[in-house]
Amino acid sequence: MPQGVFAITEQRDGVFRKISFEAVSEGRRIADGLGADLCTVVVGSGIEGIAGELEKYGPDKILVADDPALADYTTSAYTNVIADLIQSIDPAVVVIGASAQGKDLSARLAARLDAGLAMDCTAVKLDDGKLTCTRPMFGGKIFADVEFDSAIQIVAIRPNVMDIAESSKECAIEKPAVQVGDVKTTVVEKSMDTGGKIELTEADIVVSGGRGTGGEFGAIEQLADAFGGAVGASRSAVDEGWRPHSDQVGQTGKVVSPVLYVACGISGAIQHLAGMSTSKFIVAVNKDSEAPIFSKADLGIVGDMFDVVPAMTEEVKKIKS
Amino acid sequence: MEIVVLVKQVPDTESLIEIAGDGISIKTQDIKWVMNPYDEIAVEEALQIRDAQGGTVTVVSMGPDKAVETIRTALAMGADKGIHINDPAAQGSDALATARILSAALKDIPFDLIIAGHRAVDEDNYQVAAAVAEFLDIPQVSMVVKAELLDGKIKCQRTIEGGTVTVEAALPALFTTQRGLNEPRYASLPGIMKAKKKPVDVKTIADLGIDPATAGVENRKVKIKALNLPPERQTVRLIEGESAQDKAAELVRVLHEEAKLI
Repeated sequence: MPQGVFAITEQRDGVFRKISFEAVSEGRRIADGLGADLCTVVVGSGIEGIAGELEKYGPDKILVADDPALADYTTSAYTNVIADLIQSIDPAVVVIGASAQGKDLSARLAARLDAGLAMDCTAVKLDDGKLTCTRPMFGGKIFADVEFDSAIQIVAIRPNVMDIAESSKECAIEKPAVQVGDVKTTVVEKSMDTGGKIELTEADIVVSGGRGTGGEFGAIEQLADAFGGAVGASRSAVDEGWRPHSDQVGQTGKVVSPVLYVACGISGAIQHLAGMSTSKFIVAVNKDSEAPIFSKADLGIVGDMFDVVPAMTEEVKKIKS
Repeated sequence: MEIVVLVKQVPDTESLIEIAGDGISIKTQDIKWVMNPYDEIAVEEALQIRDAQGGTVTVVSMGPDKAVETIRTALAMGADKGIHINDPAAQGSDALATARILSAALKDIPFDLIIAGHRAVDEDNYQVAAAVAEFLDIPQVSMVVKAELLDGKIKCQRTIEGGTVTVEAALPALFTTQRGLNEPRYASLPGIMKAKKKPVDVKTIADLGIDPATAGVENRKVKIKALNLPPERQTVRLIEGESAQDKAAELVRVLHEEAKLI
């Protein structure tokens, strides 16, 4: 009889990604609701030392899956190891972050375990021991409440949405033997953005520019810097070649859920709105008072972004100093 | 090179999506149906590889009658043949059931490479391609922005948060597409004419040896209980002021003192 919750964390080069703490916190909350235990796993190579960082989020057990073949994420190695652990722990619920890695891993795990997978959940409710997950569809134009009909229920949570919560529990740390098995892919190179740029899907504050920038992103970048946030772009800006694809926010770009989203010179096409509508607070700056972006914004200024945005940057710097 | 591309017909991202009377499905009357944008990128990539290396591009799609339009679009772009899995018993299948059905269709086709979109923009599940790779026991690389064929191997750059990772896999393998991999071509008029003569095999799930008890909406492992529109936001509060500086200052003040965001 499957029981308990299993939270899968994500580390890169020995550092936990923030989604890990969200997954463990959410796992703890679900486990408490079920009156069950939470087990969490750290997967990597030489990562025994970081396992203890998870204790404060309240798992009952932390498993350390440590093997040189797990140093970099590969679908097969991680799926093989985690599927084995899940088969021995036999949880009712698996929680994982829907990061790039998490989407890849959870999908393969779901197929391996013949489990239902609710992808990119923005809310999880428990009613009489039954999980209902809320997840976006059609690029966020619709939110679906879904329930599971499978022995193992895999919940992949959207990054930056679930609260991180501390919880004190007696926690055991174990290092089970791992079977890496057939590793079907090899990582040959990793190329990370330098300069400590904040990643778009993890940023608390995103300042985005659209066609209204005319390609001049300087003001946007300075405001983002002043906020300590990340720079995003609309599809128009990316199609024009002003920003790389990786900066695109939208239905065919990245979906972001920051605390504050500032849209500058962005008209607010349906597909763009789909990429940022779960932002907690939305500000729009646009010359056109009829721009659809204002229908999604909490706060707005109708004006020339080249006047407004630098002025905002000055004001933000004053507050921060 | 035998290349298979998985394609799905989905509502155009311009479409207004409305909830149907049953509360668990969408209204389909006024929808414009198109090839999933990430699948267009997959077809394009397959065509480029075939044109460089020789071989065939087979497009596979599961969907109702009108899904054949999407297969014809792929054929018009230049794909060689199509397989259309068309069976009411499969309608509403979840990701695993869909993947099982697609995998069954591929069991008797020799393939070196499968290319698929990383997700379909209707369900946004990100699952079918990975499940196909699992059922066929082949490597997968997801969200690929650059793919290179080496001797018996595929070398892919995939996007991760904050950078890219380059991954190699021996063929046969599957990878999924991400924006930036290529710019899909439009079907030309001659292409559209030629497509009419290209073969499209139609299959039912019985043809593929699939047990109907594993497919269809009744047998989903993840069931939709309700569909809702996103929560309405309050009407926007427009900041007034004499000058851009005044408006900017007031906006930032609100963010700091009222919303307490900075």
